[in-house]
Amino acid sequence: MNFLDSVWLIPLFPLFGALAMLLVGRKLDPQGRHHSAKSKVVVSILCPGTVLVSFLFSLGAVWQLVDRPERTHQIIQFTWLAGLPFHTAAGALARFTADFGFLLDPLSSVMILVVTGIGFLIHLYSIGYMAHDGGYYRFFGYLNLFVFFMLMLVLANNYVLMFVGWEGVGLCSYLLIGFYFHKKSAADAGKKAFIVNRIGDSGFILGMLLMFSVLGTTRFLDVNKALAGMGLETHFGVLTAMAVLLFVGATGKSAQLPLYVWLPDAMEGPTPVSALIHAATMVTAGVYMVARSNHLFRLAPEACLIVATVGGLTAFFAATIAMTQNDIKRVLAYSTVSQLGYMFVALGAGAYWVGIFHLYTHAFFKALLFLGSGSVIHALSGEQDMRKMGGLKNKIPITHATMLIGTLAISGIPGLAGFFSKDEILWQAYSNPYAWFRVVYALGLMTAAMTAFYMWRLMALTFYGELRVDAKVAAHIHESPRVMTVPLMALAAGSVLAGWIGVPKLWSVFPEGFRTFETWLSGVLGSEIEREPNPGLEWALMLLSVAVAGAGIALAWNLYQKRKPAVEPLQALGPLYSGSLHKWYVDEAYDAVFVDGLSKGGGTLLAQFDQKVVDGGVNGAGWLTRFTSRVSMWWDTWIVDGAVRLTAFGVKLSSYPVRLFQTGSVQAYALVFVLGVAAILGYYLVR
Amino acid sequence: MLDTVFFYFFALLTLGGAVLTITRRNAIHSAVSLILSLIGVAGLFLLQHAEFLFAVQIVLYVGGIMVLFLFVIMLVNLDDAARITQFNKQGWLALACVVAVGGELLFFVSRGAGAFRLGEPGAGGPDKVGNTERIADVLFSQYLLPFEVASVLLLAAVVGSVLMAKRKV
Amino acid sequence: MHPITTLHYLVLSVALLAIGTIGVLTRRNIVIILMSIELILNAVNINLIAFSRHFNSVNGQVFAIFVITVAVAEAAVGLGILIALFRNKETVQADEIEILKW
Repeated sequence: MNFLDSVWLIPLFPLFGALAMLLVGRKLDPQGRHHSAKSKVVVSILCPGTVLVSFLFSLGAVWQLVDRPERTHQIIQFTWLAGLPFHTAAGALARFTADFGFLLDPLSSVMILVVTGIGFLIHLYSIGYMAHDGGYYRFFGYLNLFVFFMLMLVLANNYVLMFVGWEGVGLCSYLLIGFYFHKKSAADAGKKAFIVNRIGDSGFILGMLLMFSVLGTTRFLDVNKALAGMGLETHFGVLTAMAVLLFVGATGKSAQLPLYVWLPDAMEGPTPVSALIHAATMVTAGVYMVARSNHLFRLAPEACLIVATVGGLTAFFAATIAMTQNDIKRVLAYSTVSQLGYMFVALGAGAYWVGIFHLYTHAFFKALLFLGSGSVIHALSGEQDMRKMGGLKNKIPITHATMLIGTLAISGIPGLAGFFSKDEILWQAYSNPYAWFRVVYALGLMTAAMTAFYMWRLMALTFYGELRVDAKVAAHIHESPRVMTVPLMALAAGSVLAGWIGVPKLWSVFPEGFRTFETWLSGVLGSEIEREPNPGLEWALMLLSVAVAGAGIALAWNLYQKRKPAVEPLQALGPLYSGSLHKWYVDEAYDAVFVDGLSKGGGTLLAQFDQKVVDGGVNGAGWLTRFTSRVSMWWDTWIVDGAVRLTAFGVKLSSYPVRLFQTGSVQAYALVFVLGVAAILGYYLVR
Repeated sequence: MLDTVFFYFFALLTLGGAVLTITRRNAIHSAVSLILSLIGVAGLFLLQHAEFLFAVQIVLYVGGIMVLFLFVIMLVNLDDAARITQFNKQGWLALACVVAVGGELLFFVSRGAGAFRLGEPGAGGPDKVGNTERIADVLFSQYLLPFEVASVLLLAAVVGSVLMAKRKV
Repeated sequence: MHPITTLHYLVLSVALLAIGTIGVLTRRNIVIILMSIELILNAVNINLIAFSRHFNSVNGQVFAIFVITVAVAEAAVGLGILIALFRNKETVQADEIEILKW
């Protein structure tokens, strides 16, 4: 079967699941029944099943793609938006069209495998996690819908269709964050996510439109062709503007500074949602988009600098907050923001494949960490505060073991997935020709230290030490069912093994096969910036990053396990601690400036507007009516009546001489006869 | 020769009577002048070999109409009328107009005189048939309808005048 | 002396017509006006008879008969109106009857 030509089916399977839930879901799962209700089984099989089928199709398509020499397969189903021709900024004639088309190439193949593979595991996990909750079918419907939109996003062959997927995943994120809609905090978090995303989307749209006007097309392959003819832009020109605008969109979706504020609040949603959307897939959409636009970014070094700087600052900033948070999911959320920053550092440094590589490895261990935390929360009947956890190592061993692997992976311990990707990023940053990237490298290194620290702090508070759990909860601590632990184990295996296809060239002992990730993507993402190979420096930096990570873990172990403190040791940092705990008051600042500013300023503005403009308009309309009526009256009196009176006057005036003929005397009339006769005869006389 | 004398005599009678008619103050005088004028006209008819009309003129016009006029003059008291102005305000203007009209008519007559040979004497000839017979021939054959209509007209006139003169309708 | 031709009669007829018209337009007394009308009709008759003689046709004379008939009828009715007018207005002056004046 030709999987390549059926690539359009891949998004449609989960769409079918979502539609089925929409139409008949309610019948299958009346709310509130115990999780062993028979009808729930249909949902449990159908929805994860569709994702599994998509995964299998993706595998088939990628397998067949490998055989093709040019590694690109584009199908255009139909033209979705057909517009009028217009002139681009350069004067060429172009047509505004967007196709409903799919592009399968190495980059999108990586993405679909990640989305469907990890998506399937999370669907499986959710069968167990959501078993007790109401709205089971609704959850799976939304989840399937999300997978559909995400696949549309990564499979699209043009920016417009990608934007459709982009918006769609934003919608599903909103629906899923606000899944527990009866909780005000969840509903608010959903709104916040959507609105902040929208701000980023405006940048995306502007970038897309600029691209249309400059290049005349938004199809990826055509854009790349058009860009090939253009030169490097060394100043802030049109291409840089385009790139920066697209990056603004990425900032919103991928939670970078300053639009990251929605991601921590998004933890109000169920944990599988956090795992799938806010760790593995949706937040990586921005990274994917920038990688897809690598031809553009290559021509705009100023934009790349901006991308890397924002990424580095975000990574550092988020890590500082993660260090003090007490909610287990919040720590992981800020960790996600931080790791996304790393990905953007890689993209900005010109090593696009490294960014995607980190995306791929991060998907494994972050999903694992989130699902593991979900397992912990499930075991503790909903407790999320780490201060009330501890000593769970032996009570939930599988969860502990998998989370340990995940922690080591994210900290960058050699051999595990995170090491290879993170290390490569740091090397690319340090050795970049632009000197500014050294600063970014410094930020990245400090972030690595903090990452290791706060992750181990999480492990220490959750699993080690003494049981600080409430008595009621302690009685019910149980390991999660197999349907939840199997995905954990699968992801743990991935966290260990996944990195081994991106082994650095430095480790030349490994054959070329261990570097397939880079070669696989080189056709699409190009190669990294040329630099002098400096193996000594590279080894040194590698060892430095490992040392830093180890130091972080050691410090955390010391503070939280060895000393067994009664209170949070970081409180010794005083104002730094409280600032970090309160997320550096960013949310409060936004609230004061934008929200209050808009509502108060806008309120005053609106009140003034209402008074002056709206009421003014109404009064003006009234005045105008009276004025026109007066004009009409004047017209009527003077012109219309005047005409009538003039006519009467004219008749009267002309009647005066005519009246004189009415003498009443018959003889006068007779005289006129005779006069008439004389006149007639006179006429014939002179003729 | 005799024609000429008689013509001028009757012409004088006619015109003289006419002038007197329109200038007399006393209505009776006017009426009598009119009678004179009508007799003159009758004479002219006779000179033109229109014997029947001569008779009709005398009998009808003079004997009928003028008698009627005289009766009405006597019925209507015109003593006061005789004392006041006889001619109205438009007199001179009317005179001028009529003179103009008359002049124009004379001009036309003189112009057409050549074409119709009006100036040549000896028009007409001896009558083969008597005048009355000739009139009767035509009147009761060709002009029968006008004849009958004229009788209806006279009936209407009779009814009308009786009605107009009644005191109470 | 000139022989009397049709032209003489025509001139005479015009003169009589003129006199009659002057009388109609100028005199105030209605009776005189009616008499002047008779003069006009007679002038017409003279004209008709002259031409009848000139063209040797009897049609002119027949027409003249009808003219006389009409003149008779008109005089009778006119005098009747005069009597009715006199009864109402006590006047026979034409210019005193100006009810239709503006």
